[in-house]
This record gives sequence, structure tokens and C-alpha cells, in this order.
Amino acid sequence: MHQYVGLIVLFPLIGLLINGLLGWKIKNEKVIGSIGSGAVGLSFALAVAIFIDMLGAAPEQRSHVVELFTWIAAGSFKVSAAYQVDQLSVLMTLVVTGVGFLIHVYSIGYMHGDRSFARFFTYLNLFIFAMLNLVLADNYVLMFLGWEGVGLCSYLLIGFWYQKKFEGVTITWTGDAGNKAFWVNRIGDFAFMLGMFLIFKEFGTLTFNEVMGQADTMAVGNSTVFWITLLLFIGATGKSAQIPLFIWLPDAMAGPTPVSALIHAATMVTAGVYMVARNSALYALAPDTMMVVAIVGAVTAIMAASIGIAQNDIKKVLAYSTVSQLGYMFLALGVGAFTAGIFHVMTHAFFKACLFLGSGSVIHAMHEEQDIRHMGGLKKVMPYTYWTFLISSFAIAGFPPLSGFFSKDEILWKSFADGSPILWFIGAAAALMTAFYMFRMVTLTFEGKPRWADDKHPHESPPSMTIPLIALAALAVVGGFVGVPAVLGGGNAIHQWLHPVFAQAEKTMALPEHHAHTTEYILMAISVAIGVTGWWVGRRMFLKDPNADERIAAKTGFLYRLLARKYFVDEAYDAAVVRPVVKTSDSFLFRFFDVRIIDGIVNGAGALAGWTSRTLRVIQTGVVQNYAALIVVGLVIVLGLIIL
Amino acid sequence: MIESYIPILLIIGIAVIFGVVSINLSWLLGPQRPYREKHSTYESGVDPVSTAHYRFSVKYYMVALSFIVFDIEVVFMYPWAVQFRELGWTGFVVMSVFIVVLAVGFIYELKKGALQWD
Amino acid sequence: MMEQLLTDSLNTAPITGMVILSLIVVMINALKKEPLATEYWVSLVGIVINIGLAVWVFPERGTAFSGSVMTGGYASVTAIIFLTAAALTIMLARVYIDKIGANFGEFFHLILFVTTGMMSFAAGLDLLVTFVGLELMSIPLYVLAGITRRNLKATEAALKYFLLGAFSTGFFVYGIGLIYGMTGTTKILDIAQNINAYSSEPLFMVGAGLMLVGFAFKVGAVPFHMWVPDVYEGSPTMVSAFMSTGVKAAAFSALLLVFTATFDFMHSSINTVVAVLSVASMVIGNIVALSQKNFKRMLAYSSIAHAGYMLIGITAGGGVSIAGVLFYLVAYMLTNLGAFGIASFIENSDQTGTDIDDFRGLYQRHPALAVILGVFMFSLIGLPPFAGFFGKYYIFVAAIENGYTWLTIVGVITSMISVYYYLRVVVVMFFQPEGEQVQTARFGREGAFALAVAAAGVLLIGVFPSVVLDWVSALF
Repeated sequence: MHQYVGLIVLFPLIGLLINGLLGWKIKNEKVIGSIGSGAVGLSFALAVAIFIDMLGAAPEQRSHVVELFTWIAAGSFKVSAAYQVDQLSVLMTLVVTGVGFLIHVYSIGYMHGDRSFARFFTYLNLFIFAMLNLVLADNYVLMFLGWEGVGLCSYLLIGFWYQKKFEGVTITWTGDAGNKAFWVNRIGDFAFMLGMFLIFKEFGTLTFNEVMGQADTMAVGNSTVFWITLLLFIGATGKSAQIPLFIWLPDAMAGPTPVSALIHAATMVTAGVYMVARNSALYALAPDTMMVVAIVGAVTAIMAASIGIAQNDIKKVLAYSTVSQLGYMFLALGVGAFTAGIFHVMTHAFFKACLFLGSGSVIHAMHEEQDIRHMGGLKKVMPYTYWTFLISSFAIAGFPPLSGFFSKDEILWKSFADGSPILWFIGAAAALMTAFYMFRMVTLTFEGKPRWADDKHPHESPPSMTIPLIALAALAVVGGFVGVPAVLGGGNAIHQWLHPVFAQAEKTMALPEHHAHTTEYILMAISVAIGVTGWWVGRRMFLKDPNADERIAAKTGFLYRLLARKYFVDEAYDAAVVRPVVKTSDSFLFRFFDVRIIDGIVNGAGALAGWTSRTLRVIQTGVVQNYAALIVVGLVIVLGLIIL
Repeated sequence: MIESYIPILLIIGIAVIFGVVSINLSWLLGPQRPYREKHSTYESGVDPVSTAHYRFSVKYYMVALSFIVFDIEVVFMYPWAVQFRELGWTGFVVMSVFIVVLAVGFIYELKKGALQWD
Repeated sequence: MMEQLLTDSLNTAPITGMVILSLIVVMINALKKEPLATEYWVSLVGIVINIGLAVWVFPERGTAFSGSVMTGGYASVTAIIFLTAAALTIMLARVYIDKIGANFGEFFHLILFVTTGMMSFAAGLDLLVTFVGLELMSIPLYVLAGITRRNLKATEAALKYFLLGAFSTGFFVYGIGLIYGMTGTTKILDIAQNINAYSSEPLFMVGAGLMLVGFAFKVGAVPFHMWVPDVYEGSPTMVSAFMSTGVKAAAFSALLLVFTATFDFMHSSINTVVAVLSVASMVIGNIVALSQKNFKRMLAYSSIAHAGYMLIGITAGGGVSIAGVLFYLVAYMLTNLGAFGIASFIENSDQTGTDIDDFRGLYQRHPALAVILGVFMFSLIGLPPFAGFFGKYYIFVAAIENGYTWLTIVGVITSMISVYYYLRVVVVMFFQPEGEQVQTARFGREGAFALAVAAAGVLLIGVFPSVVLDWVSALF
């Protein structure tokens, strides 16, 4: 089956070509939506078929490279358009196409009546196409192509409603938010590219299999590998919104909600996690980088979670929640629990997509209202949305036996056992905050008395929106059972499945086996207790008084403002990076070098020029003389360098 | 070594003598009826002492350019004529190409009216 | 003798063909009045025939005219690049020259002369041929820059270009003179045989340095770049387009042939100089471009920056670099011609309306143009899967292989800065409402076709870079 992997990628391409080229002619939303969703659905079906086929094969025969054509060949340097079909990429493909398909279907209802309906589906299909290239690539160049491609789609989709205003630091239009995302991502991409160049320099190849093969014989602590992995990780912090590059993701919520669900929650932002996991063998060789990854992940998790507490925009809360959950995934990777990281990618895709789509449903019903302080009591009017939202909230808060419980618990356990108790503590604290802000949001949105204006008539969304919600909520419930740990009598199927992919890394790291189950039980009990506490406090506090925030704000003063204003990170970046660069360009190089030096001399000579000529005055002969003078200066420098 | 420069010295001497003699001869032999225009530096009517940023009619340049082009042509043709036998048909073909290129330019110039004075 | 002359002429068929074609178009222009359709079609068909000739003589690798002109191989590949640029320029400019009142037949044959000059410049194996080629390329361009005689900005650009061009050519000739003085020959291959001995002669190196200044001026490298923004902004847009692509390509091809492939200055002080020019161009070009308000001026600074990237390839040296730079030239040629072409489409008849703000809301008026210009901008940034990405990629790979990792890092950092100003165009086109003054694009069928060719090229080369890479590899 695996040889048909090219088709998985091809279907979205066909979809985007049809909608992109003929969409304006088709006009019929049902047709456009069906083409867009159908393309992804077909890919999903094929991915399932390949998955089942792989299940039937022996574990060591599950990895294949399917070469389509030679892409670039320059001397010894050769890159093929080739896809690597193995346990990891198939899992990611299933998530991307599966969740992607549901979100496509949801979008048919959500985008109903939008004047750029076809454009939206074109972009979505383009995104799926790029994302599949990213996860299926068998080499860094093709992965980079997908990496840039998803960034481009993210940019296009954030600014999709470009006529719309959007509030943020130095941001007024959705287009600005798109720009910010693109810019910040380029910083990460730059590091990724450097990492790629270093890999080429060190290994002489850019194919995953060959690089990992050579890595097998390398010593732990190799300094080149350290730089490679660090640079790649910086790339990941851009795409996956980690400290210090996380600032773009909350503003990315300017895009339509299905985009937030698909790109900025379920799939694209996990690309960094996937990339690190794909390079697990390299990371295993660089314990220092691993430590950096773990710390960055843990700090991001708690920082974003704390910001989430003080946000009032329903999508902003979810955005910070995403950043925080991505932090968990990196924490897992950093302590060497690659499987746990990927497991959380999967479960997170289910419940976070569901939450985002639920929020979209709410926003739709409330006529573009996003502030949870003006909601409340929606439980009765939109029961499907409420129940699916509630289930997903329980999942993200880590209530057993929902999916989030298993994946998050495994991360916390591994960070305790293979990392350090401090990491575990940070993770646990973040989990408490997660449960708290999630139920603050659920309570303010759905429970209590309505606080919306009388002219609004919220209603349940159409089936094309509620069915994907139900499907995702169901996945959020059962998705975790593939990873039931041994202490609870489970087989941890996902661990078995992914084991061959990470075997090399695990061998290099040589982590100790943990046989004493007592600690694990205790930690598990604690995390359940944390979830329950967060739920109880969050619900109680805001059910009693929807304006509890103001009381807290009054009591804590600066601390609350610090959270509400997101630790002033945006402002700091603006002052420290953005303005100086623009200023240097504008005031120094342009105003000073071009205007002052060149034109300054010119203006002096300008008087002379004006006096001597009438017609040629406009031509500013003075300028040319000074240009010529600069050429002479350049000549002197050139000759000086040559002779000396 | 130094002897080989004797012909050049001779040429220089002859050139100087030729110049001096011919200028003085015309001064000696020619009739002299001076008037104001004849005394000016350029008989074409251009005033030699005024601001340097003076508008010239483009026609002067047209004539001057054509003059230079055909003057240079002779510079090329003269050595070819001297070596005509040795260069043979190849030289003839090459020189024909050169003249054709020049002729195309000349026809263009004529047709565009560059040499029409009015 | 005669047979030799004939074979030599046939082996240099693209150049002789272009000479004949130029003369034919001059004659047509002289003998017949308006309209310009004949000149246009004869030029276009002639160029296509010459591309065919260039392909035909590709296997005839060697020299002609007693070792003073290169034939086949490299000469063919560069000729194809220049001819393609000329053909696209003519097609894109067909409606444009009408609009701005430059509908003279001279436009066509001057372009043909420039192209002929480029081909001789890039194929010259005798420094005199190189020089004649340089002049044949430059002089018609001075005229083209000011072809709209009544437009003050264009006249200014033409005069500036002429004065500074003449100035820098002086250095170039002086350099040739010194090299001749030290070696007693102008034949590049003869000089190359004893290059190691000459390299220790200070006067020879000064001569090479002076030639380098001449090249640097033509490619617009800092600090010989001051003319670029003024001239690109002032000249008619399609002339700027041709300058920024064709002339740059020619100067780089000649530089590659003389300095990289033949003299091989890899480990000499010349290389240090090129590296310095490269860094200065990348930094100044990209940073000054940030604050530009005019699209053409922005592209001018961007072209300075791109010259910097290509100079990385010259610094690195070796076969991979040559292939990389040639690839870059092709990618840059298609991209920049297209970008300038679109600017010329929406320009006003008085040659105004090329500010970046004039592109506001282009997406609403002309979605196709906006999307294509977006593609070009992304290609200039160097994003996959567009042609510009692989251009940068090959050059960077070559630089790393030759131990110039630091240059690559400067290149990557500066190209990251460039994202800002290229993206601003995209933002203005897609995400900003139309201004009050709305310009309707005029381009005609020829323009649309040429634009489609350029865009398709940018995409195709981006997806299948091997198509071009096979051509430009293993030429030496």
C-alpha cells in the first residue's frame, strides 16, 4: 500500500487547483466545499488504508521510502522528492488528514456566505498539501518546503479577512497580525536553514535515513551536533510558538476560527514537535540541547497558562492554552519521552480542535462577540456545542479516563522520572492553571445568567458544524486509550507502535527502566487531584460571581495586570527589536548615509549647479560628481585591499 | 635599437616642416580682405567667449559625428589598402562587412534627416 | 583563411546572427514609417531564431577568431539568458512604450544592439573583445534610459548613467592597459597559463582590480552602486527591467568567465575584495531598501542586494559556484523582469504611479496580476518552491563547501531582513483598500503572454530546478 503515498499528497493538490482556478466560476458553496473536503477525505481514507496495511506487517518492515523523482542534483548533492512512510509519519498523516477533514466539513457551515468562500478552501487545501509534505518528507529540503509552505498558508489565512480591524500591540489590521506571524517565523526559519546547512556540512547528505545512520556511530556530546540540534530547535520555537518566539500565535487568532483550529492548534504548530521527534537520534546525541528543550518547554507551559487566566477573549484563552500545551510537548521531548510528546500532539489535536471549533460555534451564535464577559447561559440554547466543549475541557484538564489524562500524565511522569522534580512541579502547576482557566471560560460562557444584549438571539449551529464537533469530542474521549500505561494495566499501544522510530535515540540516551510503581501511582493521584481542584475552584468562583476577575484584579494589582498584558512581551520586543531596526534603516542608512552624506555634499554643490546652469539645474549635476567621488573612494579601497 | 626610431624622427620633422610651410605659404600667397566674421574663432558663428553652458544647435553634432565616423573609417581602410595583396579575399570580405555596417548607419542617418540643415 | 572565417562565423552564430538582425531592424526603421509592428515582430522572431542558433552551436565548444571569442557551451548558455531577457522585455514593453510616448523604432534595435553587446561581453576571450562588448552594451543603454526625451527624470537618469558609466569604463580600460603592459597580450587564455607568476606582480593585480571596479559598477555592487537607484527610478520601467536583469547578467557572466573560470583568483587578495563588496552590497542594499517608498527604487536597492548574493558565488569559486550563479541569474532575470513588467503595466503615461502605495488594492482590480507579483516577491525573498530559493540555495551550498560559511550566514541574515520590504508589497496589494487614484493596468496580449512565461518559469524552475541546473552545470 505504501507506494501509493504520493496520492495522499496529490488529492489536496488537485482540490486546491480546482478550487483555485475554477472556484470563481463554480460559485456554488456546496460544490466548492465538497471538493475541498472530499480531497482531504480521500487522503484520509488512503492514509487509513496504508495504516491498516502497516499494522499487518512486521514491526521492522513498516518503514519505507517512496521516491517520486529526483528533485535537485548538483554534483555530489542530490535531493529527491521522496516520502518516508513509517510509524511516525503515518500517525501524523492520520491526524492531519483526519482532523483536517472534520475542520473542512465544519468550514462549509462556518464560512457560509463569505464572499471569498473558494479562496478559503483553496488556502485550506494548500495548507494540507504543504503540511503533508512536511510530515512525509524523507529529507530536510522537502521538509523545509513544507515548513515554509505551511507558514505561507498561515500568513494568508491569518490575514484572510483583511478588511477587519484587529486589536494588538502595534497591530491594527488582521494583515498586520499575518505579517507578525510571518516575520517571527522567518527568524525561526533562518535558524532552521542554518541548521540544515550545518547538517549538510557535517554529514554531506540531507536525507533523514542517511543522517541518522551516520549519527549512530557518533559520540554523545559532539559539539557540531549540539549546534545543529539547537538551531533546529530555534526553528521549532518559531513554528511551535515557544519562548522566545511565541508572540505571534495569540495574534494569529485574527484568522477565521476553523483556521485557528486547524493550523494554530491541531496541526501546523505541532510541526516543531514532529521535527524534533523526527531528529530524535540527533537530539539524543546532544544532552545539552535536550535540557534547553525541556526547560523552554516547561517555562512556556507555565507562562502561557498563567497568561491564559487573565484573558477575556475566548479565542485568546484558547491560544495561550495552545502555547502552554505545546510547552508540555517540548517538555516531553526534552526529557527524552518522544513517544509521550507525539501522543500529546495527537490527543491535543482532538480536544483543542474541538474547543476551537466550539468557540467558533459560540462566536457565530453571538454574532462575532468574542468576549466571554458578555456571554453566559449559552448552555440551554446550544446544547451540542456546550457538551462537546465541556468534554474537551475535561480532557485538557486531565480528567480520567479522557484522552488528555493519559498523555499529560505520561509527560508529567516522565519529566519526574527522567528529568527532575522541578520540571514536574512546573508542569503540575501549569496543569492546575489549565484546569482553572478552562473552567473559568466554560462557566463564564455557558453557565450562569445570560449577560448578552437583548438584540442577540443565539442559536445552535447547523449540523455541518455540530457533527465535526461531536466527532472530535468522541475522539477526545477515546483517543487516549491507545496509550494506557502499564501501571493501569494497559498495553500502551502507541508506545509499541512508535518504538522502532525512537529505538536509536533511546539506545543512545540509555534511560533507566523504572520498576517501582508506587511513585507513579502517587503522581497520578496528584495530577487527578490538581484537575479536580482547578475545575472546582474555577467553576465555583465564576458561577457565584461572573465578575470575580475584577475582585482579583483589585486585590493583586500589578500581578494581574502583568498577566492580562501578557508579561509585556510584545511591548518589550517592539521596543528592543522592531523599532531599532526600522529606525536604523530609516534614520541612519537612509537619512544619514544617503541623504546627509551624499545629498549634503550635493546641496552644497547644488548652489553652484543652480548658478551655472538653467536647464541642467533639474538634473542636479552635483549629484553625479559626488557619485563619481564615491566610486573613486571605492577604487582606493579596492586597490588598497589588493596591494596590502 | 635607437636607430630604428630614425624614420619616426624623420616623419616628425617632415610633418613640422609641412605644417609651417603650408600655413605660411597660404598667408604669403593668399589675398587678405579681413572683416568681422572672418576674424572670429569659429566662422560658423559660435561665440568663443561666453558662458560654457551655451546651447548649440544639435545639427553641429550631427555633422561632427558623421565626420568622425567616416574619418575613423579611413584610419581602418588605409592599412588594409597597404596590405591588400597579403590579406587577399579574406581581407576583402572582412572590410566589406565593415563598410556594410557603416553604410547601414549612414542610410539610417540620411533617412532620419540628420543631415538636413533646415 | 576563408574557410576559417566561415567556420568561425558559424560557430559564433548567435553573435553574428544578432549583428545581422540588428542591422536589418535598423534598416526597417530607416526605410519605413509608423506603425512599429514590423520592427516588433522582426525583432521577436529574430531573437527566437538566435536562441535556436545558440542551442545549435552548444556542442561546438572552443574558440573562434584566433582565440578571441568563446564558442558553444558557456557562450551559448549565457547567450540564451540574454536573448530570453531581450525577448521578454520587448514583449512586456510593447504596449508600455506606446503609453509613455516612447514608440520609436529605435527602442527595438537599441535593445538588439545591447543584447549583441552583452553576448560579446560574456563570450570575449580577448580583453579587447570584452571591452568592445561592454561598450556596445552600454552606449545604447544610455540612449534607452533617456528615450522619453521630454521626461526630466528620464533625461536625468540617462545623463547620470552616461557620465558614471563612462567614468567607470575608464577604469576598466586602464585595467586592461596595465594587464597588457605586464603580460604583453590581451588574450585571456594566454594570460591564464602564467597566472601564478603574474599574480605576484603588483601592477598586474592593480590592473585586475581596476577591471573589477568596472565589473562592480555594472553589476551595481556597493560602493559603486550610487547610480543604480537614480537610474532605475528615472528610466522608463522596462528599460530599468532590462538593465537590472540583462546587463547584470552580462556583467556577471563576463566576470565569471574572466575572474572565476579562467584566471581563478580563488586564493588571492582579489577574492578578499570580492567578499568585502559582497557583504557591503548585501547589507547596504537590503537595509536601505527597507525605507523606500517607490517600487522601482526599492527594486533597485534589492538588485544591489542580489548582486551581493551572487558575489558570494564569485568569492566561493569552482564549478558549483559557476552553476549556482548562472542559475541565480536565470531565476533573478525571470523574477525581476516580471516584477518590473507589472509595475510598467500599472504605471501612468507620465511615468509616475510606481510608488508602493500605488499598488494598494491591486488584488481587487487585477487579482491575477496581484497573485503573480506576489509569486515574484516570494521568489525574491527566496522562499521555496520558487526559483529564487534555489538560486540562493546553490550559492550558499557552494560557499559552504568552499569554506565561506560566514558569508552564507551574512547572506541568510540579510535575506531575512529583505522579507520585510518584499512582503510590504504583498500586504499593500492584498490587505489594503484601493486608493482614490485608481490606475487600470494596460498590457495587451503580448504583455500577458510574457508575464505568464516569466511566472511559469519562476514556478517551474522552483519545482524542477534540475531543468536549468543541467544546462548550467559542467560548463568548464
